[in-house]
Amino acid sequence: MSPEILNVIEVLLNGLMAGIMYSLVALGFVLIFKASGIFNFAQGVMALFAALTLVGFQTGQIPFAHLVNVMFGTDYHNWGEGMNSFIAIVLTVLLMIVFAWLVEKLVLRHLVNQAPIILFMATIGLAFFMEGFGDLMWGANIKTLDVGIPSGGSFWWEDVTRVWAPEGADYYGMYIDVLDVWATVIAVALVITLTLFSQYTKIGRALRAVADDHQAALTVGISLRVIWVIVWSIAGFVALVAGIMWGSKSGVQFSLSLIALKALPVLILGGFTSIPGAIVGGLIIGVGEKLFEYSIGPLIGGATENWFAYVLALLFLMFRPQGLFGEKIIERV
Amino acid sequence: MFYRESGDFKTSYRGDQQMFPIFLDRWFVITVSAFAFLVVPFLINDYWEKSVLVPVMVWAMAALGLNLLTGYCGQLSLGTGGFMAVGAYASYKLTTSFPEMNMFIVILLSGGVTAFVGVLFGLPSLRIKGFYLAVATLAAQFFLVWLFNKVPWFYNYSGSGMITAPERFMFGIAISGPNSPPWATYLFCLVIVVVFALIAKNLTRGRVGRSWMAIRDMDIAAEIIGVPPLRTKLSAFAVSSFYIGVSGAMFFMIYLGAAEPTEAFGIDKSFLVLFMIIIGGLGSILGSFIGAAFMVLIPVLFKNIMVGGLGWPTDLVAHLILILIGGLIMFFLIVEPHGLAQLWRITKEKLRLWPFPH
Amino acid sequence: MKYTRLVALSSAMLMSVASWTASAELVFPSLDYRTGPYAPNGIPFADGYHDYLTLLNERDGGIGGVPLRVLPCETGYNTEKGVECYESTKGEGSLVYQPLSTGITYQLIPKATADGIPVHSMGYGRTSAANGAVFSHIFNYPGTYWDAASIIVNYILGEEGGDLKDKSITLVYHNSAYGKEPIRTLEELSKKHGYNLTLLAVDHPGQEQKSQWLQIRRERPDYVLMWGWGVMNQVAIQEAANIRYPMDQFIGVWWSASENDVIPAGEGAHGYKAIAFHGVGDGFAVYDDLRKYVVDAGKAAGDGSNLGTVLYNRGMYAAMLAAEAALTAQGIHGVAQINSGQMRDGMEALKVDQARMTELGLENFGPEINVSCANHGGPGLGAIQQWDAGSQSWSLITGFSGADREVVDALIAEDSAAFAAENNITPRDCGA
Repeated sequence: MSPEILNVIEVLLNGLMAGIMYSLVALGFVLIFKASGIFNFAQGVMALFAALTLVGFQTGQIPFAHLVNVMFGTDYHNWGEGMNSFIAIVLTVLLMIVFAWLVEKLVLRHLVNQAPIILFMATIGLAFFMEGFGDLMWGANIKTLDVGIPSGGSFWWEDVTRVWAPEGADYYGMYIDVLDVWATVIAVALVITLTLFSQYTKIGRALRAVADDHQAALTVGISLRVIWVIVWSIAGFVALVAGIMWGSKSGVQFSLSLIALKALPVLILGGFTSIPGAIVGGLIIGVGEKLFEYSIGPLIGGATENWFAYVLALLFLMFRPQGLFGEKIIERV
Repeated sequence: MFYRESGDFKTSYRGDQQMFPIFLDRWFVITVSAFAFLVVPFLINDYWEKSVLVPVMVWAMAALGLNLLTGYCGQLSLGTGGFMAVGAYASYKLTTSFPEMNMFIVILLSGGVTAFVGVLFGLPSLRIKGFYLAVATLAAQFFLVWLFNKVPWFYNYSGSGMITAPERFMFGIAISGPNSPPWATYLFCLVIVVVFALIAKNLTRGRVGRSWMAIRDMDIAAEIIGVPPLRTKLSAFAVSSFYIGVSGAMFFMIYLGAAEPTEAFGIDKSFLVLFMIIIGGLGSILGSFIGAAFMVLIPVLFKNIMVGGLGWPTDLVAHLILILIGGLIMFFLIVEPHGLAQLWRITKEKLRLWPFPH
Repeated sequence: MKYTRLVALSSAMLMSVASWTASAELVFPSLDYRTGPYAPNGIPFADGYHDYLTLLNERDGGIGGVPLRVLPCETGYNTEKGVECYESTKGEGSLVYQPLSTGITYQLIPKATADGIPVHSMGYGRTSAANGAVFSHIFNYPGTYWDAASIIVNYILGEEGGDLKDKSITLVYHNSAYGKEPIRTLEELSKKHGYNLTLLAVDHPGQEQKSQWLQIRRERPDYVLMWGWGVMNQVAIQEAANIRYPMDQFIGVWWSASENDVIPAGEGAHGYKAIAFHGVGDGFAVYDDLRKYVVDAGKAAGDGSNLGTVLYNRGMYAAMLAAEAALTAQGIHGVAQINSGQMRDGMEALKVDQARMTELGLENFGPEINVSCANHGGPGLGAIQQWDAGSQSWSLITGFSGADREVVDALIAEDSAAFAAENNITPRDCGA
């Protein structure tokens, strides 16, 4: 194969990997939208909050240290050396469950039966709240996140692919980030677990029932509120996974919450209600934007990825207005 | 007790159809306008102009525009920031190419250019609905900002891509630029906002507004009774983008005076305006103003109380403000999901019957 | 026209009256950003600025016997909030603004000039403001982006033995006004030295840079320069490490050069270089005083953990230059309670030589500074610093050296002339 073709394959492959990273964020949106019809604007901030909490536990930060120090003139920062990553993750998941319960109790319960845009707005309020709360709790400085996932270019893959190029060509192998490979593995595991969970457990079946028809689910005795708490907890867990993967790359800081913007085109393309849609949408967006940037980008000045993702989603929507895997819109008068 | 509509008889169709049919409403609006036009200009200083009144008017204008589209016609748009950028860059190009052009004409033409761009990006709305439509407007948002950042013609080939508003005069008084007196810029914005608020109010009462609302409430039904979806949706996009373009031009020429596309017209601006109309009230002219005032003034108010009044550290205050705004948004939505304008409407209902609630 | 001048004049007079009537104190507003996407960079700078001024109060009782007041205002790196901050603090007798954001700087250039308040955009903002004849109230000493670009190219010239023919340089830049600053300079220099320049834009916020780094990996440029900010820095350095780009050929501007940017990449960031306009580390005498009078006394703005980091040093350096300018102004005008107009004169006459720096406990911290009416850009000197991941510290690997003045000055003259023409400014006569 000539180096040009290999380069295109490299771009494709990395596009797929980037797409998986977008899908991880989009998954959380889909879960909540499916079960409650809420477009959860706070998903990105939840990822930030979960990652902040994880690092806080790992490094043994005292929550609200800055606030306490200002109010009482004390000088607290740490309560110890921190803890094992695994325990920290478990504690963070527990905290996200508590958070889900609070959201249901204080906000969602009072907004049952409102129009989607009102619920959307409520999650915006939630996003503001958590943004301030997370910073207040753990501080706004940048934090290094390391849970032991390896990262960096893969030597093995470089060696394997180098020989694909013709003898004597100036080619030094294909690049792939080990972290992205791990992200793929984790995403696949996550989707399989979620599918098994929703197919074979009682709660999972209840979830699907609620997603199908709220009122019918209520009549057969499924508690909507419990379901909502469960769904938000799962979304919190997915947010934690997304936060870990993205946070390992860039450190944990405010910008982590902006990854939600990369998930939006994925979500729209895949359809709001489909878990496979989130994955396939992510792959299409990832590959599409990387290929466009590779082929057309240099001609028109680069940095095209942000808008091209939306244009690509738009093109798909022109043919399938409900997204690739979305439920068919049936309009009755 | 004071506020009532009984005894307010109409003897002609004309009287019945006026914009504010209730006597007290009418006088309230006239008094507020008179106060804004005749008293405020003599009291205003730099701080009130740049931090309070002009921003509120600029954002109210944008919120009006988005409310016409989203609140009245039911088409969700997240491209407000991009459309504001179109208005801002159009005004920049116009005023630097034709330095003698009257500022009102510059602003109106900028709105016109934006209306044209808005219609282009509104075309997909014929096929795509609801949240999915957000993608078309988001494409507009990101593409327009990228375009203004990339093509040097838009920023007159300046080194860094910043555009700076040149000094322009009306009746010999600077309207834009650093030496413009606060009262002049304030009055300039006020005239535009009041005129266009009245136009918006009348649009929504007339045939056009009714067809928008028909499409919003159920587009298929509206189509069957003879409302053409193509013309109606695109007219909503055109009018809405016009307003947003005017707001963008004011934002750049009068309020900021310098801008770059990525920061001044980013996606967060689109969300900000959407927050305004939801908090203020979808499908309400008054709501657009209340929402804009809420989102602009609450942070300033909290900041002044907590930093200026109580002397707390600025970073703590910034975090607390976010928490408080988030909390307030959720609180208001729980108390009244239809926005602050609805609260006002309910208060009016109560006043009407007070003190005999039954 | 006449009328507006009158308004400007009277408002300037009002301003000075206001600052005269204020109680005896010198007000230094500090537009910091401790929240938002750029908070990790804003916090240490603000701490450094605040702590140094606190030190002057605690140790010397202010400047020339007049106590200082720091007026912090949170901008969140947001232009509108910055405008609000400026309007709310300018009436309190503020002496000099450090806008700390390209957007806010561009806002303040016309406004502050009309209000007669100087702006010090130290190593950022509008580069051509270095021409003091056009920008009477804007200062950007000790160096500008164009100086930085030229100094980096000079450094590369040195590394390559003075010849850059057919070498390739790639610029990775934040796709905003800030990131675009060096492009023109690098293009001019590429004409002169004959290297190939490739431009790679990264959109805000910059968490996803795979395309850019894959391209760099394919093309293997000899050098990669970076004009990055915020999360873009950390991701770029991480990606560079991932594709195993030689880090000692990867050079950042001074805003891509803090501990925050390299630490998340861990070992991979070892050898990363960046340009600096001041010294690194806390091995300066002034730190003993800072610890003694400010941190240990519990008066520090932050938690004291930032002392000696790059951005803390930069904030402290900014405060030091502001204080020296205030001292100079007091000397010129013979009054202790100076106003913003007098502060401007002080900044324009600012001279900081090595003897004075040693006196201040900052021996060899930065180059000598010599501001004049015509030159607001200072000496325009910079040094290259390199990151050592083992000891987690930066060190300067070159001395302070100058830019290619011929190229940079021509660009400054051209751009400031365009600004003057656009805004009807007649350049001041700065003498010979």
